[in-house]
Amino acid sequence: MSFDATTLHRIASLARLDVPADQLASLGAEMSALLVLVDQLQGVDTKGVAPLAHPLSAVSEMALRLRPDEACAEINREANMQNAPMTENGLFLVPKVLD
Amino acid sequence: MRTITDFSHALAAKQASAVELATDALAKATAAKGLNAFLHVDADLTLAEARAADKQFAAGVTNKPLLGVPIAHKDIFVTCGWRSTAGSMMLANYVSPFDATVVERLRAAGMVCVGKLNCDEFAMGSSNENSAFGAVQNPWDTSRIPGGSSGGSAAAISAGIVPASTGSDTGGSLRQPAAMTGITAIKPTYGRVSRYGMIAFASSLDQGGPMAHTAEDCALVLDAMAGFDERDSTSLDSEKAKVSIWRAFSGQIASKRPSNVEFAGLRIGVPKEFFAEGLSADVGARVTEAIETFKKHGATVVDISLPRTALSIPAYYVIAPAEASSNLSRFDGIRFGHRAAQYADVNDMIAKSRAEGFGREVKRRILTGAYVLSHGYYDAYYLQAQRVRRLIAQDFQTAFKSCDLIMGPVAPTTAWKIGEKSSDPVAMYLEDIFTLGVSLAGLPGMSVPCGFDHQRLPVGLQIIGNYFEESAMLAAAHRYQQLTDWHLQSPGGHK
Repeated sequence: MSFDATTLHRIASLARLDVPADQLASLGAEMSALLVLVDQLQGVDTKGVAPLAHPLSAVSEMALRLRPDEACAEINREANMQNAPMTENGLFLVPKVLD
Repeated sequence: MRTITDFSHALAAKQASAVELATDALAKATAAKGLNAFLHVDADLTLAEARAADKQFAAGVTNKPLLGVPIAHKDIFVTCGWRSTAGSMMLANYVSPFDATVVERLRAAGMVCVGKLNCDEFAMGSSNENSAFGAVQNPWDTSRIPGGSSGGSAAAISAGIVPASTGSDTGGSLRQPAAMTGITAIKPTYGRVSRYGMIAFASSLDQGGPMAHTAEDCALVLDAMAGFDERDSTSLDSEKAKVSIWRAFSGQIASKRPSNVEFAGLRIGVPKEFFAEGLSADVGARVTEAIETFKKHGATVVDISLPRTALSIPAYYVIAPAEASSNLSRFDGIRFGHRAAQYADVNDMIAKSRAEGFGREVKRRILTGAYVLSHGYYDAYYLQAQRVRRLIAQDFQTAFKSCDLIMGPVAPTTAWKIGEKSSDPVAMYLEDIFTLGVSLAGLPGMSVPCGFDHQRLPVGLQIIGNYFEESAMLAAAHRYQQLTDWHLQSPGGHK
């Protein structure tokens, strides 16, 4: 299938990515070529095959480890905010969301 | 003097200080500026680390083989005090408040950081041309790409600036640039090396690893990088993962064998799909000669099949973009990274910041990922790709029933010209055919220099092992490097 402008707009909006009008056509064409490539998967018989998310689960099931839900001292608020574009009183600033 | 072993011998014999080695590496980095391998060099930071290493030598420290040895880090690893850009405008001014686990461990081992290395933006690419800070040149022919995405890491070693570097491999990003620049690299078993502080691209595939001239050097650096890290939920803590790679490697190379049967008992599987149409004649010939060398010295060669090799490309180019679209959603222009100057509201600010901060390849992968995960397509694309992923992983397990290691080419061709393939992304994706299966299966894979094509461009031999077989792979590569000198050759002009 080809990637038309409507689909591209919908996906770009889901991905919160602004696509300038002059890039729509060329990006759409590249995405369509990629879809031709990945469409090769459709012909593969995978009946009864479980999806593999963690690669090592191919030999024995791997569970992701969770840390205990406990407060820890690793977070340094000031250091972690040093790269923020706009802050005030230790808070991240964004444009007004509610009127 | 090129290898880590050379450097550490010189340091131990007091023929050179860490400060002298660091100063020399910095001078070489400046002289080879045209390669565009480094994104950030800071002599003060480097020399401070070198002085600290010399202080340890002066205090009588002798049990650290990497102490005072220069290294440089792919800019995908965050480094406290240095810029960490991932090759993206999005993070052009980002300075990390913490070190990646890999960086922290190599620092603790005493390695001196010479700088941050160029790479494809967020490690997405096979040529290093997707870096927002410009392409990297291949030291063997500066009109050519060094491979990618760890292109800067490969070029810096190949040009003799540093004896080792860190890289990451999601679909071949350690092995392919190593092959194209004539150096050695290993992508470990998924989960061996902590991903903490390694800027995420595709979390079920991403794996850090070392690049160096020799297998022995790779074993030393990998041993220092690897090991359980509670800060990475996929870090392995099984018994097999706890075995020291260096100790196992040393044990294997120390076992005495008659010189003409170095590889007695070793069964090498050669997949017929790795020698099919599309493989350049020169690459095919060099890889076949390398496998002959193993055979001549006692190895048994077994014909095997990895029937879904071609399917690894579509499976990878669904799974990796899907995970990327999720991982890269964190770049919103709010907490860190680029924020657009002009916007209407908060959603517009996020969409414009992302549009301005990301390059074209990254955008394409985010959109692809969002598409294959979207309602109505998730089952047909994403889940189907994960089912095919299991079949690919099972094919490797079937193959390992009849062999100990698998060998073949790393890439179908040697390094291509800068700009040659950049207008056709799908054509470039097809170049990843021999590395993607290993990544999807989470297996360890290596690239070892095995000769040159008719233009004197390096060719890499890929060695694939089963899970946790890194030491056996490194030992086989080390023995091969005792019999050959491809890994010791260097490009002219950048020695």
